[in-house]
Amino acid sequence: MTVLFGQLFTGVSIGAVLLLIALGLALTFGQMNVINMAHGEFIMAGAYTTYVLQQTITGAGWSLLVALPVAFVVAGTMGVLLEILLIRRLYARPLDTLLVTWGVSLILQQLARDIFGSPNVQTRAPELLTGNIALPGGLTVANNRLFILALALAAVVALTLALRLTSLGRRIRAVVQNRDLAAVSGIPIARVDRTTFFVGSGLAGLAGVALTLLGPIGPTMGTNLIIDAFLVVVVGGIGQLKGSVIVAFALGVLQATGEYLTTLSVAKVMVFVAIVAFLQWRPQGLFTLRTRSLA
Amino acid sequence: MTAVAGPPVTDLAPDASPPPTVRRPRPRLRAAAGFALGAALLFAVAPLVLSDFRLSLLAKYLCLAMVAVGIGIAWGRGGLLTLGQGVFFGLGGYAMAMHLKLADAGPGQMPDFMQLYGQLDELPLWWRPFASPWFALPATVLLPMAVAFGLGSLVFRRRVRGAYFAILSQALAAAMVILLVGQQGTTGGTNGLTDIQGFFGYDLDDPVNQRTVYFLIAAVLLALLALARQLVQSRYGELLVAVRDCEERVRFLGYDPATVKLVAYVTAAGMAGLAGALFVPAVGIISPALIGIVPSIEFVIGVAVGGRATLLGPVLGAVAVAWARTALSERFPGTWTYLQGGLFVLVVAFLPGGLASLLARRNGLGPLARLGRRRTEVAG
Repeated sequence: MTVLFGQLFTGVSIGAVLLLIALGLALTFGQMNVINMAHGEFIMAGAYTTYVLQQTITGAGWSLLVALPVAFVVAGTMGVLLEILLIRRLYARPLDTLLVTWGVSLILQQLARDIFGSPNVQTRAPELLTGNIALPGGLTVANNRLFILALALAAVVALTLALRLTSLGRRIRAVVQNRDLAAVSGIPIARVDRTTFFVGSGLAGLAGVALTLLGPIGPTMGTNLIIDAFLVVVVGGIGQLKGSVIVAFALGVLQATGEYLTTLSVAKVMVFVAIVAFLQWRPQGLFTLRTRSLA
Repeated sequence: MTAVAGPPVTDLAPDASPPPTVRRPRPRLRAAAGFALGAALLFAVAPLVLSDFRLSLLAKYLCLAMVAVGIGIAWGRGGLLTLGQGVFFGLGGYAMAMHLKLADAGPGQMPDFMQLYGQLDELPLWWRPFASPWFALPATVLLPMAVAFGLGSLVFRRRVRGAYFAILSQALAAAMVILLVGQQGTTGGTNGLTDIQGFFGYDLDDPVNQRTVYFLIAAVLLALLALARQLVQSRYGELLVAVRDCEERVRFLGYDPATVKLVAYVTAAGMAGLAGALFVPAVGIISPALIGIVPSIEFVIGVAVGGRATLLGPVLGAVAVAWARTALSERFPGTWTYLQGGLFVLVVAFLPGGLASLLARRNGLGPLARLGRRRTEVAG
């Protein structure tokens, strides 16, 4: 029971990290059909932001609090720059965007190596987040994982509310549903795209801050996460968030239980097979927006 | 999929007009001349000019070029961006390396690393068939093709395509590497299968035999190029390009795009498998680091640089990029990563037809080389 709960909770917290990363991808992929491989490096940027802030602000708790908004802005700004300089020119060629942003991610990784050095660096976690909380029945949950879960859920709630209630959210939904119709209705789609990219990349920055609580920070930390996050988006279906939320946690739990029952490597393969099998049933993902396009 | 997908259909109409130049004699003559020139360069000039060391490097590059020929068909012609060719390269390579390891160890013996990591008493069951060359050699090609067939028939039939397919193929590479590393006892883990001594009775340390391996690789590459040309020039080749440019229209004409794509994907996988099998005697090692996510996507950059929709572009691009990598990364390791990233960005964003499209623009080479310049993906 205790072991089962521990694995389940680990799965949920893996899911929370995946969710933070996938939210931004779901936004940009859903709206612009753009695969941004540099998303992983925005995570890295968020993580290194935390690291740098900790050099200047000594209190680990304060620096983490400051890091959250700063990382959001840093990663978001990088995203907007990428959108303006490259991605905007490639909207008609989504697959080429994938390769171009892969190139960008290589450059950013090397940049990180040159600035911070190849070896991983470590941040100090605030004392509040180092311990465990004991639950009745001898169950425990780690504080840092609980914090990440809360952060991911807060991001989902904030994003959902923003998409539902604000005028920007309405515009984003309009562009996602029908770009051409949105454009002729007077929505400045170029500006909406840029804003979406800012928010999506900013969320990657938040994920980076969260990851500093779980392990070391290195130049290639984004690469491995990004594929899992893309799988979440592919399986969840694009154009809405609820699919990503469900799938992120499902994948996390599947991964953790698979790992418990077999080994890490077999679990990864199991997850892959499960995804291909799932796509047989729902090739467009869990939830899709109904459109009149053929694809 | 949103309603934004791709350019309107009318965009494609003007390009559809020039009739396919399949059965005119002149291109065939030119191809034969080019083939002869390539053969002369590979078989006569290169062995004379290059030192043994450089020649064995070239052998390695030519293996990468074989993968590129396959990617040229799947991606350049078929629009299937496969980011997991390393998987097929690796399957071919591991199949060959397993056989050579078993042959090195001698009959009834186990490869050296197994006692080291695995502490196994006997050979694992799935290794055993590889002791026979009659199983191992066909397996280097058929195993990758079978995996590609399995994945391809599942995803193409359900119309999983574009970026979704690219992500899945990349995830396959990730899963494969994690599996190989995780099963260290039977796969050699991160180190891979190393230290391969002999190749069907020939000692691989002997420079003469290394040279023979080079000739073998060059011959196979030329054969693959001839095969690729036949494929591309056939009716099937036309259909493949049609699927790339407007899959729905092909479907409405009564063809099954899934089958068309599947053939291209399986062909590319077979070529990658063969390349991996020949890579092993040329380099003497196969390891997860050679077949994972990063090398898989690096296969693609060579193709993009050379010109994805041309026949020779991928080959020349792959060799050029691999050569530049060796030349630069020895001296300035950091600089190479910047350069490689820059290549991805500049070539794909601003010269999607690759270097071949520069030539084609000057010579007016007709529809083949022009393809890359147009919007190549519809309904991603």
